[in-house]
Amino acid sequence: MLKEIRLLLYKEFLLESRQKQSINGLVLYLISTVFVCKMCFRTIPQPAAWNALFWIIMLFASINATGKSFLQDSRSRFLYLYTLASPQAIIISKVIYNMLLMLLLSVIGFAVYVLLLGGNPVQNMSLFFANVLLGTIGFSAILTTMSAISSRTSNSFTLMAVLSFPLLLPLLMTTIKISKNAIDGLDPSVSYRFLLVVAGINVITGVLSYLLFPYLWKD
Amino acid sequence: MNLKKNWWKLLACILLFNTVTNGFLGQVPAREILNETIRNLYFHVPMWFAMMTLLFISVIYGIKHLNNGNMKYDVIAREAAHTGVAMGVLGLITGSLWARYTWGTWWTQDTKLNGAAITMLIYFAYFILRGSVEDEQKRGRLAAVYSIFAFVMMIVFIMILPRMEDSLHPGNGGNPGFNKYDLDSKMRMVFYPAVLGWVLLGVWIMTVRIRIAAIEDTIHGLSSRQDLKTL
Repeated sequence: MLKEIRLLLYKEFLLESRQKQSINGLVLYLISTVFVCKMCFRTIPQPAAWNALFWIIMLFASINATGKSFLQDSRSRFLYLYTLASPQAIIISKVIYNMLLMLLLSVIGFAVYVLLLGGNPVQNMSLFFANVLLGTIGFSAILTTMSAISSRTSNSFTLMAVLSFPLLLPLLMTTIKISKNAIDGLDPSVSYRFLLVVAGINVITGVLSYLLFPYLWKD
Repeated sequence: MNLKKNWWKLLACILLFNTVTNGFLGQVPAREILNETIRNLYFHVPMWFAMMTLLFISVIYGIKHLNNGNMKYDVIAREAAHTGVAMGVLGLITGSLWARYTWGTWWTQDTKLNGAAITMLIYFAYFILRGSVEDEQKRGRLAAVYSIFAFVMMIVFIMILPRMEDSLHPGNGGNPGFNKYDLDSKMRMVFYPAVLGWVLLGVWIMTVRIRIAAIEDTIHGLSSRQDLKTL
């Protein structure tokens, strides 16, 4: 199982390194979105709005990044893959891969965001990024499963957003709250119970993805 | 009418008749601001009970469908979700009307209210998903997987998150629920039968919808779900 996951992850990285345009496209997508925001807002003096906008940009970037997890492989290659690996190994490797991808995008996104919009209001950087790290696990689990569902349907791009947004909201609202605390430099103890909620949602969504994915791939 | 099988439908009628008469005419505690709107307890709150019951039925039959791929269970899951969402919409409308006369606004930024609205969004997405898949077996499976996800996240949203922050809603954020007003238990005597009555009515509507679906299947020449007609 562990070996399968490692090999599948290796396969994902290999594919990504061979098609650099897709990751470059995502980075450009981030930069363009932040640039549009800069043009529209000029500056964002209120930390609450700064924080919310950052997470909304990251939300859209994540949906774009994960939406194609099950679309890029052709149907025949999928069948071949499924004869080689167990569905559990496939979903775990996809979730880990998407998580790493989102983590990379958040770091780049944060840098671009601070650079273009000017000024970094975050007072507690370690809490901010601990929150990002924790949040991407649940984001990745939900988005990967929704991507698996929507890739089986006829209008997958609309459906990806429609299915994911409401499911992501509990997680998004909790992470926004923690990151607001990090921006205001509140004592980390204030955020502990919210971090606990995020961890709880991560466990729930992770278990659900793991259990339900085998039903999604067989035809 | 076969009383042995349909006694619960009769019970639903009796309970709801009692809800309407005693709910509107019975004694309620006189309170400032709340005044007569406290009677909304018999209509607004049971809608959510009915919705939760129906959505729970929907998830259970979704899981059953995942287990053996029987299309009968998928029809039940679909119709339970339809009826549950209708109950949820009624809950939103009755709540919104009540808020207009007590809080002075149709809608506020409140975790409990947002949770309810997002639940509706999740289930609308569920119907969009159903509509986007042609193949029957695949549709049932995808819908079942999504509804399990949806139900669990809904529990998180309306049970756990509202307790994390302040809320205007009665029973949350330090606001008294009806049990603080109902000192002589007169309201309880109407409320509990009302909950059961509305839940039973919801289930009844669901079974009617399932039978209609079975008849439509017969018209279209799918006879495998005949046994649903006698539900």
